[in-house]
Amino acid sequence: MARLTILEHREIADNMRWLAFEAPHDLQYEPGQFLHIRVTDGVDHLLRRPISLCRVDGGRNALVVAYRVGGKGTKLLAAKNVGDTLDVLGPLGKGFPLHDEDRHAILVGGGIGVPPMVELADQLTQRGVQVTTIVGFQSKNVSILIDELTRYGEVLVATNDGSLGLQGFVTDYMTDELLASADRFYACGPTPMLRAVQARMTGRVEGYLSLEERMGCGIGACMACVTSCVLPDGSVGFKKVCKDGPVFPAPEVYFA
Amino acid sequence: MIDLSVNIGSLKLKNPVMPASGCFSFGKEYADFYDLSQLGAIVVKATTLEPRLGNPTPRVAETPGGMLNAIGLQNPGVERVISDELPHLRKYDIPVIVNVAGTTVEDYVAVTERLMDSEDVDAIEVNISCPNVKCGGIQFGTDPAQAAHVTESIRKVSKVPVIVKLSPNVTDIVAMAKAVEAAGADAISMINTLVGMSIDLHKRRPLIANGIGGLSGPAVKPVAVRMTYQVAQAVNIPIIGMGGIMEAEDAIEFLMAGATAVAVGTANFVNPTACPDIIEGIRTYCEQHSITNVRDLTGVAWK
Repeated sequence: MARLTILEHREIADNMRWLAFEAPHDLQYEPGQFLHIRVTDGVDHLLRRPISLCRVDGGRNALVVAYRVGGKGTKLLAAKNVGDTLDVLGPLGKGFPLHDEDRHAILVGGGIGVPPMVELADQLTQRGVQVTTIVGFQSKNVSILIDELTRYGEVLVATNDGSLGLQGFVTDYMTDELLASADRFYACGPTPMLRAVQARMTGRVEGYLSLEERMGCGIGACMACVTSCVLPDGSVGFKKVCKDGPVFPAPEVYFA
Repeated sequence: MIDLSVNIGSLKLKNPVMPASGCFSFGKEYADFYDLSQLGAIVVKATTLEPRLGNPTPRVAETPGGMLNAIGLQNPGVERVISDELPHLRKYDIPVIVNVAGTTVEDYVAVTERLMDSEDVDAIEVNISCPNVKCGGIQFGTDPAQAAHVTESIRKVSKVPVIVKLSPNVTDIVAMAKAVEAAGADAISMINTLVGMSIDLHKRRPLIANGIGGLSGPAVKPVAVRMTYQVAQAVNIPIIGMGGIMEAEDAIEFLMAGATAVAVGTANFVNPTACPDIIEGIRTYCEQHSITNVRDLTGVAWK
C-alpha cells in the first residue's frame, strides 16, 4: 500500500485513459497482476478499483495502467492530474505464468482486457518467445494500444462493426494453422470472448484466461469476487478472482 | 501508561479493537500486512454445519459512503474450519471468536457443540442477523422470543462466552437486546448490516445477484451509534459496537455511546491495516485527553 504520484494521464481512445504512476522502488510484479486503486480520498467512494497492470517502464520508472471511464468512480479517477497522488495497493493477484521453453504464444485481448497484453508481450519477447496478438474492440473509436503491441510482433485486429481490421471476433483469426504453430495462449477480455476462446483452444493449445469480477478487499478475505472453477476432484466450486486469479489455467475456468 | 484492555464476559482483550466477522475471512490474508497479535481479538467468518458455496456474483456494490454485500455465508463448514482454518491462529496471542450461523436452532447447537471440541475457540458469536441467506438466521434476529430461544440453547452447550450479534432491521433493538441478555448472552455485538438494494440502470435489475444486500460502511454509522447508545443503557452486559468504523474517532464514538469494544468491518477492505491504525489512534486519543483507562470512555455520552 503506497501513495503513488501520477506521471502521465491522458485519453487514448473514447473514454479510455492511460495512467502512469511513478513506480515504487521495491516493485515486484508479474504481467496480468492488478493494482487496487482508491479513486479518491474520503469515504464517498469507499471501494478500490482493480485495474490490470499494462506496462512497467523501467527506463522511466513508470507503472502504467489503462482503464475505461464508466461509472462515477472512474470519472473521479479521470479527473486526477499529473502530480496528484493516489492510494494504491498492489500489484495483487496471480499473473500470467511464463514458460521459457515456449517458442510462439498467442495473446488475445478484448476491449479493456487488452492492456495486460502489453507487459506480457514485452516479457515474452525478452525471453525469446515470438508473440502473435489478436485484439478485439467494439469499434475503432475505442481501440487501444495497437501501436504498443505492434512493437512486439504481429497484431491482428477485429471490431464488431468493421471500423478497424476484420469485422468479426477475435476467434475468427484462430485458424487451425495459427493454433498449430502456437505453444501457449493468454487471453483477457469480456466473458463471452473468454468462453469462445476457451472453446476454440481446448484440446489444441494450452493457456490461461484472466477474469474480471466486482471486488471488495482485493486480497482474498471478503469472498466477493468468486468465480466457478473446476476443482482438482472434478467438482465445480468457487475460487477467488483477486487472490487465486485473476489469471487461471484455461481448463480450470467453468463457464455456466 | 495507558490501559487499553477491556473484558468481554470472561474474555480479556489487550485492547478494544477486533475485525468484524465476514470482513477478515480467517485472518491469513491480513497476516501478510501486520502481526495479528496486535488485535484485541479476532472474529472469523461465519461458520455453518455444512459447507456453503454462498451466493452468485455480483456479491458487492459500492454505494454512497458504503457498500452492499450479499456473500451468502460462504464457508467450508465447521469440520474444515476446525481442522484447516483455526489452528494457524494459535500462534497469535489473542482470543479467537468464532461466528456461528445456521438455519435451525439445532444447527446452531450442533456447530457450537462441535466447536467445543476445539481448543482454538475462545468465544462464540451467534449470527442471528445475516440478511443474505434464506432462513439464514435472520428470523432469529427479528423476533425477541426466537432470539432468546437460540441464545439459551447455545448457552447450554457452550463452555466459552456467548456473544449475540444483533440485526438493526428491527423495530425495537432494545427489546431484542434485553431478550438475549435474559437468555444468558454474555455480550452483544451490534450492528449487523442494514438491508438495502441498488438497481443496475442498464440491466434494469438489482445490481447484486441476490437482489437485496447488507449495507455497511460510514453510511450506517449514525444508526449503529444510536442503537448502541440505546441498548447500552438498557442492558448490563458488554457491547461490541460496530457499523462504519473507519478510523479511531469513529471507534471512540461507539465507546462513548456505551460500547466496551468495537469491531471494524468494511474499513479492512479499504485499508488492510485499518485495525492496527485504529488501535494506535485510540492510544493517541487517550494520551492527548489524559485518559489512563480506555474503559472510562464507555458510555460517557449518557452517564
